[in-house]
Parts: sequence; C-alpha cells; structure tokens
Amino acid sequence: MPLLDAHGYRADPWRRIAAGEPATGDAVLVALADLPAVIAGRSNAQRIGVEVANTVRLPDLSAFLGQLDLVAIAFPAFNDGRAFSLARQLREAGFKGAVRAVGPVIADQFTHLVACGFDEVEVPDAIAARQPEAQWRGALASYGATYQTGYGAGASILERRRALRAGQGAAS
Amino acid sequence: MYRYDQFDEAFVRERVAQFRGQVARRIDGALTEDEFKPLRLKNGVYLQLHAYMLRIAIPYGTLSSVQLRQLALIGERYDRGYGHFTTRQNLQFNWPKLRDIPDILDLLADVGMHCIQTSGNCIRNTTADHFSGAAADEVEDPRPTAELIRQWSTMHPEFDYLPRKFKIAVTGAARDRAAIRAHDIGIQVVRHPVSGEVGYRLFVGGGLGRTPMIGKLVRDFLPKAHLLAYLQSLMRVYNLEGRRDNKYKARVKILVHEIGIEEFRARVEAEFAALDPAAIAADPDEVARIEAYFAAPAFATFPADSQRVVADRARDAAFDRWVETNTFPHRQPGYAAVTVSLKPVGGVPGDATSDQMRAVADLADAHSFGEIRVSHHQNLILPHVRQDELHALWTGLVAAGLAEANAGLITDIIACPGLDYCALATARSIPIAQAISRRFGSAERQREIGELGIKISGCINACGHHHVGHIGILGLEKSGQESYQVTLGGDATENAAIGQLLGPGITAEEVPDAIERLVGVYLAHRHDGETFAEAVRRLGIEPFKAGFLAPQPAEAAHAAA
Ligand code: HEM
Ligand code: SF4
Repeated sequence: MPLLDAHGYRADPWRRIAAGEPATGDAVLVALADLPAVIAGRSNAQRIGVEVANTVRLPDLSAFLGQLDLVAIAFPAFNDGRAFSLARQLREAGFKGAVRAVGPVIADQFTHLVACGFDEVEVPDAIAARQPEAQWRGALASYGATYQTGYGAGASILERRRALRAGQGAAS
Repeated sequence: MYRYDQFDEAFVRERVAQFRGQVARRIDGALTEDEFKPLRLKNGVYLQLHAYMLRIAIPYGTLSSVQLRQLALIGERYDRGYGHFTTRQNLQFNWPKLRDIPDILDLLADVGMHCIQTSGNCIRNTTADHFSGAAADEVEDPRPTAELIRQWSTMHPEFDYLPRKFKIAVTGAARDRAAIRAHDIGIQVVRHPVSGEVGYRLFVGGGLGRTPMIGKLVRDFLPKAHLLAYLQSLMRVYNLEGRRDNKYKARVKILVHEIGIEEFRARVEAEFAALDPAAIAADPDEVARIEAYFAAPAFATFPADSQRVVADRARDAAFDRWVETNTFPHRQPGYAAVTVSLKPVGGVPGDATSDQMRAVADLADAHSFGEIRVSHHQNLILPHVRQDELHALWTGLVAAGLAEANAGLITDIIACPGLDYCALATARSIPIAQAISRRFGSAERQREIGELGIKISGCINACGHHHVGHIGILGLEKSGQESYQVTLGGDATENAAIGQLLGPGITAEEVPDAIERLVGVYLAHRHDGETFAEAVRRLGIEPFKAGFLAPQPAEAAHAAA
C-alpha cells in the first residue's frame, strides 16, 4: 500500500515479516507476538518496528518502546478513532520512533493524525488514487492553529494568545 | 458575552473554507459518500425527510441581538422565513439547499457563529443553564467554564472520531436547570464544603435515547485548574474503551454501565495521574480573559421590588399573569430574567419566524443589554430586564405574538420534529403537542394546574427528552399505526429520574383525553401548593395508572357513539 508523510508519497523502507518468516533486512516490521524473539535476535543496526491492532493497549507495548523504531497502528475503518488516543499515549510515554497509521484513513484526517503523534500513513491504493498528494498537503495547510495545547508542533491558539499578551506587556 | 478574537475568527473562517473544499471534493469524487458523511455532520448538515437540515451551534445558549438578527436574515434568505429552536439550545433550519450551505456558514462566521460539531460522533455543543449569570442561586456563572470547554473540544485532534456523540452540560447552581444528569458529562460548579474553593462536581454516563440512564457521580470535587486534564482523561478512556461494535451500545453510558462506575472512575484517575494538568490547562490570564467577557452588564441600583410593576400588575390582568409565570428572580435587585415563550397555544414548539427573531433582538437591545438565551425548553430568555421596564417589554412581545404566559405550565411542551421533518421518526410529535396545547389552552385552567412539563419524542431516540418529562410521550409505530406510550414521573433536574410507563400505547386522538385524566388524578389528590411532580413523588405511579387506564364515562360514551 502507498506510504505518505508530510512531504508526500514515498518509498516504504520497511519490510513486513510474516509469522515464521526469518526477520532479515535493515528495517523489519513484525507482529507483537513475534516481537520479543525478533528483538532478541536483532542483528547490528537493524531497525525493528511492530504492527498492532488499535485494541492493543499501552502497557502491552511499554516494555519494548526503547527497542522500537516504528509502531504501526491499524485503522480498521477511517472513523474508528481509537488509534488517535493510542498514538498520543505512545508520545506521552516518551516514544521517539516513528508512528504510522495503516488503513483507509483520509486526507481530511491528516492534521489530527499528525497532532496526535503520527508521522506517516499507509493507505489502500483506492484512497491514494482518489486523494493525490496535494489533497494531503492541503489538509495540513487548512489549519493555522488549533485550541489544544501540546497537540502538534505549532503553538496552540492559547499559546499564541499568551505570546501576544506578553508582547503587548513588553511593548507598553 | 464572549466575542471572537482574531484566533477564533481565523479558525472558523478556515473551517468554512475547509467545508467548501470538502463539498467540492465530494462532487468530484475525491471523497466517497461514506467518507463525506461524518465531515458533513461535523458541520451540522443532516439529510432529512424532505431536505437538508442545518443545525447551528448556540454555545451554552447565549446569543447577542446582532447574532439573532443574522439568524433571522438566514431564515428569510435561505429557509422559509423561520427557524426551529431545539432542546439542545441549537437552532435548526429545515429547508436549506446543500449548495447554499457554505454561504450560510460565511454569514454565520460574520457574527462569530458556526455549525461545528452540532452533529456527528464528536463532542457536541456544550450547553448550560439558560439563566446563567442572572440566577440568584448561582455559585458562579458556568459560561466561562462552558466557553473554555467549547474551545478545548473544538476539532480536538484526539476526540473527533469517538464511538458516538458526546454531550457536555454545565450548571452553576445546585438547582439544575441544564439537565446535567441527562448528559454524557454533567458538570456542576460547587463550593468546597471545607476550604470554600470553587471547583467542579462531575457526573458521567447520563443520556436518553433507547437506553435512558441518569448520570453517575464520577468526581465529587475537581479543582478548576484540573478541568481540561480531567476531561482529556475521561474522553481518552471512552475513546479507547467505548464499544464500537454496536452503535446502540456505543454511548459512554453503556461503558459506565458495563464496567461499573468504580472501575470507570479508576481508569480515568489512572489516566489523569499520568498527565500534567498545568500543561493542558488554560493559563490564569486566559481564564481571566474569558471570564471578562461574562462580567455582569452595567446594572443600575434599584430597590428589590419595583413599585411600577406592582402598579402595572394591578391594572392589567394579562400582564399580571405573564409576570407571574414568565419572570424569574434575578441576582441583581430590581431586575428580572424573562422567558419569551415560543409555545403559543396550538403552535409549533420552538418555531420562531424571522420577524419574531428581529422583534426579540430589538427588545433585547431596549431592555436586556442586547443579550438573549435559548433554553432547552425551546424558549428564548431575556436575562437582564429592569423590572420597571417589564410592562414595556411585555407590550412589545404581545405585538410580536410572543407573550404567551405559560413558562413551565402544561402548554409549555417540548417536542422533537418527529414525522413532520425527521427521517428517523416513527410517529408525529408536533401535532400531538399542538392538540394538547389546544386542549389546555385556557389561561385559567393552565394556572390552576400549575407547573407541569410534558415532553414528546417521535421515536425511541428521545430528542424530545420524554424520559425526563413529568409526563413523557413517545410516538412509536405499531403495524402501520402511530402508537403513543405515556410515562410518568420523569425529572430532568437535580432530582433526575426516568419516567415509568403507565400502560399500553394509545392512538394520537386519545392522547389529550389521557393527559386530561392524569391531570384529574393530580387535582383530586394534591395537597396545598403541591406541584404535579411533587404529587407524583408522594403518591407513586399507581393512582395515575388507574386513571390512565380507565376512561371517564363521558369518553367511553363518546368512543361508543
Ligand atoms: C431532525 C433530525 C434529528 C436526528 C436525525 C436526530 C438523531 C438522534 C439520535 C439518533 C439520537 C439517539 C442517540 C443515542 O441514543 O445514542 C438522538 C438523541 C437526542 N437528540 Fe436528536 N435528532 C434530530 C433532531 C433533534 C432535535 C431537533 C433535537 C432538539 C430538540 C435533538 C436533541 C437530541 C437529544 C436531547 C437527544 C437525547 C439525549 C441523548 O443524547 O441521550 N435532536 N437524536
Ligand atoms: S426523537 Fe426521533 S423523531 Fe424525534 S427528532 Fe429525534 S430522531 Fe427524530
């Protein structure tokens, strides 16, 4: 399935490892059940990612976070919003690797995805065909700022107001 | 009143542009109908029986005269010259065209309004006591809290695709006029019994619909500065654990019911403990900025009771009746809060024509500091009226056909749109309301019966709050026929209760007689000064059941003829 981040569609460097298949390669994406063994057998500099359902909970992942470069979370449907919270919890727990949304998410959700800590999305071909890169970039550009502090890289509206007040205070 | 600053303004303009783009992308096929639907709903656009319906957010029910005039204009230009005020303190237009909707959104943005999150599986418009800032019994005006929640919940990145809709209501008084325990989250502003600190008491898991439930206490006291972090924790538990396999079991009330309030509370507290409330909260300057908008208007100092009103009441009986029912004690001596009834006898509950909206806007400018409220009883409120000016105001309302003296009485009926508009309806509700209203239309009769809330829904979704009506009426369909179930003993206040079924369903024609019989039981048994609801609490349902099931001889004869 096509992979896309804030810069557009790009090649996917990650190799999905099926159950029982040897986890060879520079960057391997494995199921949670296989994760302990793959981490134990990790080759030098190999990057390891895990692919999980949105019903997996943070405590199931906590022990591995330091070892992981990617957590890919499934979206069974675009309007099943559980992964937004799971991604946030990963970020709040200090996870620094990449977080990926896998499934039929749409461009209109991109800002929310990024704000909750996702870096990239892997969408079905049909969606990529209907929603070219420009629509995803357009979606990101459609929000100047949002109200929630701590979601996304930019300053929230509350922080902007604070800065404005500080500026006015300093000027007067 | 809150006014948009540059950031609110820019945010809403961006949303209008975004929706314009989404409509275009739906038309060119970039978005499928399934993908477009939640985006359209988040902008308040429903597809209904005859047309699209547009639902406009009136945050915590507060409107300025300028905003109300704009709604009048939209009603005239894009609808059929009227709008419908709802139990959610929103306004609905029933006849707009889809292609006009982005333009309507622009007109709304011109006056600091929008339709964002008036529908869809997200946090909906936050509602509040319609007497906020006016009521004498308030710990604190709940609207700064509601506005903070409005901002925080607007397009929240984490909570925009919830299992189901989510409704938050806030009250600043112990006397609950916002039905907080019928909401997913109900918030009561309270004073800490020991420290005196002002904070919040929170209820969770209330809701009506097909499985009505009364909200349960989840936190007895929450410091004000912790509110947003606590809400984030609670929403996160719901977003992760709320059921998504069955839309009828997806509300938070079902989650709370299934895992129990203790377990639910424990999960919320665990999430809360991991957060830094200060990083999520609005800073004190921001809180002060919002509060400043809700500062009391420039009240003058008057004696508590106006001699002028006493004199006017003495010489004008109709005015006297209206003052008695439609005014509410104000915190400021010499002022009153006024209910402008949208329930003319025999009329459509909650409908107001564009001309009436303009009349109310003008009267608000003249007599209420330009401020109007929408109540969840589908009436309008003028919150700050000088008692000396009540007669002048009343005269203006009479001219606009808005002076029905029935606030809280039996003809002040709440009714959902029902089969006249709604695609989900199983029966009519508006005509039932009209028939009851005509039956009890006499001013003397209504006053004699006293406070009595009838609430009517046209299907099990309960938009008309029938479960919490003193008398609730639910319209169903039985083998092609409308059939109405009648419940008794519901209550939407701090004594929140779900009504109990009185007996088998009855036809539309039988409803007014059945109500008549219930009122008869009450009048026969009431103690001095006892309201209908109090009498039901004291007597229990049985005497009313007997009355409901046994037609009077005159009716039986009538039916046989
Ligand atoms: C005309 C189109 C409407 C549709 C399609 C609609 C749809 C629904 C549905 C499906 C529910 C049930 C939700 C659940 O049980 O989870 C519901 C509940 C509710 N709706 Fe409506 N509604 C409409 C109009 C209205 C109006 C006009 C009002 C206000 C007068 C309103 C206010 C409410 C309220 C207060 C509830 C019940 C409280 C709760 O959320 O549990 N709705 N609506
Ligand atoms: S209660 Fe039913 S009929 Fe009435 S508005 Fe709601 S969905 Fe429609």
